Amino acid sequence: MTQLPGLLDTEAIRKDFPILDRQVHDERKLVYLDNAATSQKPRQVLDALSEYYERYNANVHRGVHVLAEEATALYEGARDKVAAFINAPSRDEVIFTKNASESLNLVANMLGWADEPYRVDSETEIVITEMEHHSNIVPWQLLAQRTGAKLKWFGLTDDGRLDLSNIDQIITEKTKIVSFVLVSNILGTVNPVEAIVRRAQEVGALVCVDASQAAPHMPLDVQALQADFVAFTGHKMCGPTGIGVLWGRQELLEDLPPFLGGGEMIETVSMHSSTYAPAPHKFEAGTPPIAQAVGLGAAIDYLNSIGMDKVLAHEHALTEYAVKRLTEVPDLRIIGPATAEDRGAAISFTLGDIHPHDVGQVLDEQGIAVRVGHHCARPVCLRYGIPATTRASFYLYSTPAEIDALVDGLEHVRNFFG
Amino acid sequence: MKLDSMYQEVILDHYKNPHGRGLRDGDAEVHHVNPTCGDEITLRVKYDGTTIEDVSYEGQGCSISQASASVLNELLVGKELTDARRIQETFLELMQSKGKIEPDDAMEEVLEDAVAFAGVSKYPARVKCALLSWMAWKDATAQALGADAERKTA
Ligand SMILES: Cc1ncc(COP(=O)(O)O)c(C=O)c1O
Repeated sequence: MTQLPGLLDTEAIRKDFPILDRQVHDERKLVYLDNAATSQKPRQVLDALSEYYERYNANVHRGVHVLAEEATALYEGARDKVAAFINAPSRDEVIFTKNASESLNLVANMLGWADEPYRVDSETEIVITEMEHHSNIVPWQLLAQRTGAKLKWFGLTDDGRLDLSNIDQIITEKTKIVSFVLVSNILGTVNPVEAIVRRAQEVGALVCVDASQAAPHMPLDVQALQADFVAFTGHKMCGPTGIGVLWGRQELLEDLPPFLGGGEMIETVSMHSSTYAPAPHKFEAGTPPIAQAVGLGAAIDYLNSIGMDKVLAHEHALTEYAVKRLTEVPDLRIIGPATAEDRGAAISFTLGDIHPHDVGQVLDEQGIAVRVGHHCARPVCLRYGIPATTRASFYLYSTPAEIDALVDGLEHVRNFFG
Repeated sequence: MKLDSMYQEVILDHYKNPHGRGLRDGDAEVHHVNPTCGDEITLRVKYDGTTIEDVSYEGQGCSISQASASVLNELLVGKELTDARRIQETFLELMQSKGKIEPDDAMEEVLEDAVAFAGVSKYPARVKCALLSWMAWKDATAQALGADAERKTA
């Protein structure tokens, strides 16, 4: 067994994830390397979900009976856990959504309907980057189309990093919002937040950070980031699907208008008009994903019990090893940074002219789950002149042996199509 | 091994040595994509009355989508529209069968090399790859011949 400094005790951790014992395709051991798409869930999270439904299920914020109060306490308790996990100054800055996509759409819509000084209109500009997930492109395209605002973006360098050389021309006095990904889901790049935030603050633009691939993998401190909004999604960080988070600075959440209307988000309603509940409830119309929030709380407890700095060190060691091993595979080209520096644990690559679909299929036959395609980041594929990539992505339970299995699997792919 | 049922020799042959690849003169051109995986095809049809004179194409994609376009070219060029439609419909039926249709002699007679795709129908994620060029052909034909021809031969 390969021993690398910084690795977690994966033997113990893997016992918490029942699915990792699964065998696929005639008793092949599952090698799950699709963690950037979604993570697996530990028993602790599965138990929290079923316990919630077996013992506490009720609607929140709208009953005086025991179950309603307990369910509310659990739901709001999950908010406290999220707030602590990201070092939010206040729990009221944590909005529950259904996923990161909804969080990003929420920001775009708050700004679309806002009054000055936040208002995005035809005189203003929106800035994103070429390495965004479609979830951080399309909401801004929609906003630009509806308001007449101009959409601009940072391009990419050949080695998979943001090209910030013209930052002063991209972010200008007209810029209202800069929204970018902290860790790219396709390239693995960790972006230099500070440089972008500094320039945005200079011109008085708001900053939104898509932390979907950061929150699961590294300590996340929204105060240190100095952003105005941070979005992420529960299912990539050991939590269930159907729960996402938008963190926003308190003053902004107070000033900005709600997007969805409904129960829960109001103070009083008459047939003529309504007043709204304070944030975060102002942005949580209708019955929220209660069990899912509780599940996310359990996931955060689980990650904390291991320690996010340790998760980061584990994945960094794995990434270093994977980059080294993959570079040995003939005809393999990594799309993204070629070293583990400032890089997360998602590695995209092409293998000669074998199409990623075919790579993925032959790997699957050996029990190895990777993702193939454009990973909801098609502009990146266009930028590098490739139709698609194969992506292997690791998490706290991934092992060097699984990377070895991937490398062997790729050899098999090459022989199959050779 | 199950893989061999998908990657039949015939399919790999078509993938490595595609028939009729490249764009040539045509009456209509369409561009179809498979948004889940990024496979793309640009396809042109040329008709002489209701006879298919040429199907030319260019695209990028996996072995299944590329081989399927090659088989389509081999099968349909020179055919009468009604026969071509029968082939297309039979192929569609086979691909939507979720692996449940074991092609018989009659089907094999219609589909020739295309029966090799029977195994692909067991893989839902790949069925779209196999159908990409066939859907493009159908669309291009409708455009080339107009809704009129569509109705006459429907
Ligand atoms: C960087 C990034 N942003 C946003 C998303 C969207 O997450 P979700 O689909 O949960 O909304 C993803 C996940 O696919 C992602 O990787």
